[in-house]
Amino acid sequence: MIFQLFFSFAKVGLLTFGGGMAMLPLLQRECVDRKGWATEEEMLNYYAIGQCTPGIIAVNVATFIGYKKKGTIGGIAATLGVVFPSIVIITAIASFLAMFSNNLYVQKAFAGIRIAVSALILVSILRMSKKIIRDFETAILALLAFGLQTFLGLSPVVITISAIIYGLIMFRIRGRKEL
Amino acid sequence: MIYLQLFWEFFKTGLFAVGGGMATVPFLFRMGQSTGWFDANTLTDMIAVSESTPGPIGVNMATYVGNQTAGPLGGLIATLGLVCPCIIIILIIFKVLMKYMKHPVVEAVFRVLRAVVIGLLAYAFWQVASVSLTGYKELIIFAVFIGLILYFKKFHPIVWIALGAVAGLFIL
Repeated sequence: MIFQLFFSFAKVGLLTFGGGMAMLPLLQRECVDRKGWATEEEMLNYYAIGQCTPGIIAVNVATFIGYKKKGTIGGIAATLGVVFPSIVIITAIASFLAMFSNNLYVQKAFAGIRIAVSALILVSILRMSKKIIRDFETAILALLAFGLQTFLGLSPVVITISAIIYGLIMFRIRGRKEL
Repeated sequence: MIYLQLFWEFFKTGLFAVGGGMATVPFLFRMGQSTGWFDANTLTDMIAVSESTPGPIGVNMATYVGNQTAGPLGGLIATLGLVCPCIIIILIIFKVLMKYMKHPVVEAVFRVLRAVVIGLLAYAFWQVASVSLTGYKELIIFAVFIGLILYFKKFHPIVWIALGAVAGLFIL
C-alpha cells in the first residue's frame, strides 16, 4: 500500500505540467476513478484546504490522501512520490537549463501541451460542477469566486476565508429557521 | 553550513507561501535578493523551465536553486525544506478535521467551499488558457481536444498531453 501510494503519486507528479491546478485531471483519474481512494467531493475539500493553508497544493492533496489511506507514513510516502519525478528531472537538466527552455522544438511542444492541459482542466471543472453546483446559491458562489479573483485580483486566501465566514453565517441563519 | 541554510530558507517559503504554485514566486524573489543565490533573470528562466517540466512549480524551483547553490544534495535538501511545513500542517489539520467531518457546521462550510473552489479552478483555467490559446490555430486545436476528451472518456490524460506535444510540433 505504501508503495502503491508512492508510485501513484509519482505518476501524477511525472505527468503534471504547470502546477497544482493542472494536476486535478490526473488526480481524478488516479485517485477517484482507478483506485477509489477519494471521492470527487473529498478532492475538492482538499483543494479548498490547500487554498488557505501554506505550501504547495499538490503536496497538500498528496498528504491528505496518503494519510487517509495509511496514516502518517502514507502521507509522507504520497508526498515524496509527488515530488520525486521533479527532483530527478530538474537535477538532470539543471546544467543545461537555459538551452532546454530556449530550444524551438521544446517551446513548440510545450505550446501544444499547454493547449491540451487547458482542455483537460476545463473538462475536469465541468465534471466536478455537475456534482457540486446543484442550486442557484452554489452557482452564484462559484461565479463570484471566479469574478472576484479574475476581475478584482482578490487573493484566493481572502476568497476562501470569506467563504468559510459566509458558510458559518448561513448555517446560523438556517439553523434557527429550522428550529 | 549551506545545507542547513538552504533547508531553512525553503522551509520558511513552504511555511508562508499560501495558495500553492505561483504563490512561492514572490518569496523566491526576496530569497534571491537576501542570499545572492540567484538574480531575477535566473528566476524568470526558472519559472519558464518549471512550467515546461513535469511537477509542482515550487518543487521544481527548490530543486533547481538548491542544485545551483550546493549540487544535487542541495536540490534534495531545499525540496525537503519546502515540503516539510506543508506535511506537518496538513497532518495536524487532518486529525482535527476527521473528528468533526460529520458535524453539520463543517458540512455546511464545505458545501460553500466546494462551490468556491470550482470558481477558483475556473480562474486557473482562465490563466492557462490566456497564455496558451493565443490565436485561431490554438483555439481550433483546443476545441478539437475538448470534443475528443469528452468523447473518449476512458483515455488517460497523458494521451492528450502527448497528442498536445505532437500538435504543437507539427501545427503551431
